Amino acid sequence: MISDFFSMTVLVGILASGIRLATPYLYAAIGEVFGQRSGVLNLGVEGQMLLGAFAAFYVTFTTGNLWLGVLVAAIVGALMGLAMAVVTVNLQAEQGISGIGFYLFGLGMSDLLFQKLLGTVQTVSGFPKATIPVLSALPFIGDIFFSQNILVYGAFALVPVAWFVLNKTTLGLKIRAVGENPEAADSLGVSVARVRYFTIILGGTLSGIAGASLSIGMLNVFQQNMTSGLGFIAVALVYFGGWRPWGVLVGALLFSMVNSLQLWGQVLGIPLPSDIAVMMPYILTILVLVISVQRVRAPAALTKVFERGE
Amino acid sequence: MKKWFVIVLLFAFLLAACKPGASEEAPAAAPSGPLRVAVVMPSAINDLAFSQSMYDALVAIQEEMGGPEKMELVYSEGMFVVDDAAAAIRDYASQGYDLVIAHGSQYGSSLQEIAPDFPETAFAWGTTANTFADEGIKNIFAYEAASQEGGYVNGVMAASLSQSGVIGVVGPIETGDAKLYVDGFVAGAKSVNPDIEVNVNWIGSFSDVALAAEAANTHIGAGADVLTGTAQMVVGAIGVAEENGVLWFGTQSSQTSLAPSIVVANQVYDWTVALDQMIALIAEGTYGGQAFLINLENGGLVMEYNEDFDLPADVKALAEETTQGIIDGSITIDVGN
Repeated sequence: MISDFFSMTVLVGILASGIRLATPYLYAAIGEVFGQRSGVLNLGVEGQMLLGAFAAFYVTFTTGNLWLGVLVAAIVGALMGLAMAVVTVNLQAEQGISGIGFYLFGLGMSDLLFQKLLGTVQTVSGFPKATIPVLSALPFIGDIFFSQNILVYGAFALVPVAWFVLNKTTLGLKIRAVGENPEAADSLGVSVARVRYFTIILGGTLSGIAGASLSIGMLNVFQQNMTSGLGFIAVALVYFGGWRPWGVLVGALLFSMVNSLQLWGQVLGIPLPSDIAVMMPYILTILVLVISVQRVRAPAALTKVFERGE
Repeated sequence: MKKWFVIVLLFAFLLAACKPGASEEAPAAAPSGPLRVAVVMPSAINDLAFSQSMYDALVAIQEEMGGPEKMELVYSEGMFVVDDAAAAIRDYASQGYDLVIAHGSQYGSSLQEIAPDFPETAFAWGTTANTFADEGIKNIFAYEAASQEGGYVNGVMAASLSQSGVIGVVGPIETGDAKLYVDGFVAGAKSVNPDIEVNVNWIGSFSDVALAAEAANTHIGAGADVLTGTAQMVVGAIGVAEENGVLWFGTQSSQTSLAPSIVVANQVYDWTVALDQMIALIAEGTYGGQAFLINLENGGLVMEYNEDFDLPADVKALAEETTQGIIDGSITIDVGN
């Protein structure tokens, strides 16, 4: 049975599953990278994802328009981000506590809206598989990478874009400056508040889309608490990825691939108790973290309130 | 910064392992008169699975008794945190409810602590066979479902319908009701075709819809053309089954509405059988000490066939024969005992 593991079908299955599972992590974690690089820890990602997932589902359910669903999910996420920005930047609240508050708000609110507006688990027809011509016909690679829904492509396209914005643009420089040394950035005329508003709202927007990628991309249903901790894993992946988009990509893929590996392991009858199997992705993440956190330094002003000197 | 990181990890682990959340407190109690029933449930009343099966049964009993004037029904759902559930159970008991139902095997130890403080209140705990009578507690009823029975019938049909000879099962955590159902299903499938391959995936969560969906994808990738699964996160798997035109067998509540084209049949729990007996006993002044089992024989488990699915007559006949065999004892299922 172990030899089955190396058959083509299994490899394609593991990799294609891993790519799909990585999608929501990528949106949410890339958004969180922007926030943390500017010095703001947002633990409300999970709540933003849940509200985004519900918004996308409900809009698609009532209008049948998938893109409108994504747009509304993005707007809902952005509004959650805006609220978070007001609380952490203007009111200077402790970021961790307020983030958990926003998580609980999103959890409860999405459940309430679900109960009142839908009442029961329903289905929609979500984004279909968008096979890319020519590329999807490639053996092996085509089935893994180029036969997914469009939100999956979007998540992977986001990584180089985020890298470029953070490292090659003035905006990215401002974000990094604000996250490392807000006093210096401020003295050079960069508005710390404005940069942080931008990154937190961007993070919320992407978390909202992460929710949509679940409810109308991958699953086509909405259920209470359907993100089930994905948002917190996404925050962990930011640390894992050393606050860099490419690092986040590696982390998201590693975590997801190990998860799909253990699913396949159970199906192929690898003699490992299921309780151990489902722990594997988490154990691996902790191991890699222990090793990698030693090397990479967090943004110096992360979680620190910035108060403008007079 | 470090401390927040630890908190993040803690949340991630907790949530990954937990059932769906968000509690909603039920409205306050009305003055005495009708039979007053309160129920505390781990997931939502509309989860198309475990909690819904209990809620639907209570609503049916309420209607039968003549509406809210005759039977008052309140509930707390999404009580995945056992401490919260325990507080709710105690609240309902102190508000004088006649029957307080703790619908989740994880609530047992809380109930063991609370019940002795309210000797005039009847409690019910499921799914379990333990009434704590051995510990001297006289006011706890126990109830459970012989879910392996419908699992067996589903398995018989699944093996008859599978052309690839591979069947996939998406399970939450390998314990209790879920394990009974899956074991019964596997036994049923093997009874039709001893060589059939039944792959079981335990995803380690009652709420991770995305992982349930990916488990279904895994089964389909491994060649399965029939799937089943239990607990509330399977809605993700049903979506994948529908997308790939793969058949689905449901359990706990009817899941036909989610994917009418591919759901073949459901084992539906009907707790009214157990609840009716409890309510009758309460009227006589007995508040606990008895365990109830719902099964195919007493009508607590019902095989529901999807009318829109074109089930071949011989398979349906075989399923009905199997159901009958389990009822009259000519078929014994060697699990869960």
